[in-house]
Amino acid sequence: MITEEQASQAVAEILSSHKKEKKNLIPLLQEVQTSLGYLPQEALQKIAGFLEVPEVEIWGVATFYNQFRFVPLGKYHTRVCMGTACHLAGGKLILEALERELDIKVGETAEDGNFSLERVACIGCCMLAPVIVIRDKIYPKMTPFKVEEALIPYKQEPQGEKS
Amino acid sequence: MTFEEINNKAKSEWEALQKGTYILVGTATCGRAAGALDVVDAFNKELTRQGLEVPIIQVGCTGLCYADPLVVISKAGSLRVVYANVTPEIVPRLVEGYVAGDDPCLELALGTLEGGGGEAIYIPELPRFEHELRLILRRCGYIDPENINHYIANGGYSGLEKALKMSPEEIVGELKKSGLRGRGGAGFPTHRKWELCRKARSTPKYVICNADEGDPGAFMDRVVLESDPHQVIEGMIIAGHTIGAEQGYIYVRAEYPLAIERIQIALKQSGELRFLGDNILGSGFGFHIEIAAGAGAFVSGEETALIAAVEGKMSTPSPRPPYPAELGLWDKPTLLNNVKTFAYVPLIVKRGADWFASIGTEGSKGTAVFTLAGKVASAGLAEVPMGTTLRELIYDIGGGIAKDKQFKAVQIGGPSGGCLPETLLDIPIDYDSLREAGSMMGSGGMIVMDEDNCMVDAARFFLDFSTKESCGKCTMCRLGTLQMLHILEDITAGRGTIGDIDLLLALAEDVKIGSLCGLGKTAPNPVLTTLRYFRDEYEAHILEKRCPAKVCPNLTAYYILPDKCERSCEHCVLTCPTEAVKGEKGEIKFIDQEKCVNCGTCMDVCPPEYDAVIKLSPITELPTEDVAGKEKSIEQQAKQVA
Repeated sequence: MITEEQASQAVAEILSSHKKEKKNLIPLLQEVQTSLGYLPQEALQKIAGFLEVPEVEIWGVATFYNQFRFVPLGKYHTRVCMGTACHLAGGKLILEALERELDIKVGETAEDGNFSLERVACIGCCMLAPVIVIRDKIYPKMTPFKVEEALIPYKQEPQGEKS
Repeated sequence: MTFEEINNKAKSEWEALQKGTYILVGTATCGRAAGALDVVDAFNKELTRQGLEVPIIQVGCTGLCYADPLVVISKAGSLRVVYANVTPEIVPRLVEGYVAGDDPCLELALGTLEGGGGEAIYIPELPRFEHELRLILRRCGYIDPENINHYIANGGYSGLEKALKMSPEEIVGELKKSGLRGRGGAGFPTHRKWELCRKARSTPKYVICNADEGDPGAFMDRVVLESDPHQVIEGMIIAGHTIGAEQGYIYVRAEYPLAIERIQIALKQSGELRFLGDNILGSGFGFHIEIAAGAGAFVSGEETALIAAVEGKMSTPSPRPPYPAELGLWDKPTLLNNVKTFAYVPLIVKRGADWFASIGTEGSKGTAVFTLAGKVASAGLAEVPMGTTLRELIYDIGGGIAKDKQFKAVQIGGPSGGCLPETLLDIPIDYDSLREAGSMMGSGGMIVMDEDNCMVDAARFFLDFSTKESCGKCTMCRLGTLQMLHILEDITAGRGTIGDIDLLLALAEDVKIGSLCGLGKTAPNPVLTTLRYFRDEYEAHILEKRCPAKVCPNLTAYYILPDKCERSCEHCVLTCPTEAVKGEKGEIKFIDQEKCVNCGTCMDVCPPEYDAVIKLSPITELPTEDVAGKEKSIEQQAKQVA
């Protein structure tokens, strides 16, 4: 975990590398999220101050786009593709299986911080449908049963680094 | 350096490469998902182990996605051999056999790129290539997208060189004669946009490339940008020269990190050779391109909404007119085209409008790029002349329906398009025929559905997507689609009434009329086309509480046939995630309907020689004592949702 101080310093560095132009708002949000993993309220306040734009407008933009998150992700962030090809191949069953196995709902992060679950529109690997992505690893042609299997290594070694 | 010098240098680099042995590995996102990077590692290791110095080039996608990871081994004076579904395990064999030796390992090959391979398939003679005509895909998968010289040596930037010697009027004239229409979906004549921008008096002007490919199930633009990004950049520079703009933006969705990376490299290399920057090729004309990374909003594909996103605002559309050609980015004249539209421009300039206009149909010229996915046997990418029929695309190129299932529908154009039935498979693919059939060209995503797909559920899926992605500006789009979604949810859950169909039709009209932009205007299309062509499925759901494809969970139940159950096997019991399958060892297994969540695992794991698990719809086909359990489970789930 990064401390509040580190986070605040990271945001300050990102701000200093950009011009004070409204068109930089989305790149700023993206860079802060890449650095901190999510968008804490303090960061949004700082961006608002920097761009001299009302905070409500920053919130408006940040909540409009699907990419932005306001809670930290789990250590093993899991994305379920819900594109057309994945849906037709049973994507909803895969999502339900993950919710069941991880005991969280889509959009949530587990209390112990290990897993978080997100649905995404399409990751463009339609011939491998249905797919899930744990961290950056793509698991192709899933079934509810294969979901259980895929999660085993992550559940067993919550401390171990999995690529 | 003059263009000639640049060109000569690139050509000699390319020719030197052809004189030796080299390995191509397709590492576009699709290849990576199938494990292409592991294959690259395996080649590196094996070559080092054997002390061989052979270049491994990471290329884009050839469109044969079903064959990923795809590897080509090219040897001077010998066959170029294509290997499909390569795993790290067979890499040593390929290195030993063909890289180091003379055995092309044809038993592992998909085919060869030259004739004379004996019994091996000659790839250009595959049935799919009888229909394909590759213009903007022709280099994809064969050149290094991160090496500008590969692009130049294969005809790149010669269109720009020619364009810089032409007047803007001449270029617009060529585009007009070529008949090129926008490849983003709506099919607006490209020359008219360019002419409007050229004539606009206000300055500065801007060029924007729309790479916000948001249709779930479409990935043509991603493949073009990951495999051959320079052609898009070249098209944008020609656009800048034509309309008098000095600044361009490529708006790419953030979900495509590899595309962004490869465009960045391409922009840098293009700048180094002075195709970008001030005074391009000594012409006095200057042009710069920046990347704007989208943050995830389907509506951003609409041009006015995209402009708002580049400006750093919420991506909501504005009424047109005024069109972006007059009042666009920062209220300045702005030319906005799709990735593929820009990619065609250098070709048209170089080879002439007459050549381009000779391809395609009366109203739709050139080629169309499609992604084929869903229940098709060979999923991937194809480029065909306009006018090719859907049947040719699905059966000859896509290899027909996977697993010998029955074709049901093809969905074209994503959430804005429609589902077309078998009877319409012989219509030609062009803007006007597809629109007449109730669908649209869209950006080119094509999803094939088979007998196991429920059309009501498909319509519900697309509407759910549109509802989530509606920006909320127009009431009918925000709330009308939501009401339609609720009606569809009722129908799929067995709560529909026959009056719902008329209500859906009426709402669909209202949503179309009451929405400002394409998202809302086309959101009802999946519902309208499924109602038009598959009304019987809606009626079965409503009147008989039956889902013909046995998909909708409230109308479908899993059942173990007692006389087929093998008794001693326990696959279903052990794998059921909710412990709904019961029965002691040696006894007939049965499903506790109250606990069953319809995941289908028992059906998947039941050995094919027993094949004891079946799906039943309506649920009243279950034995009487099980129906109550199923009804209870439906009730519980409804409560949970509430």
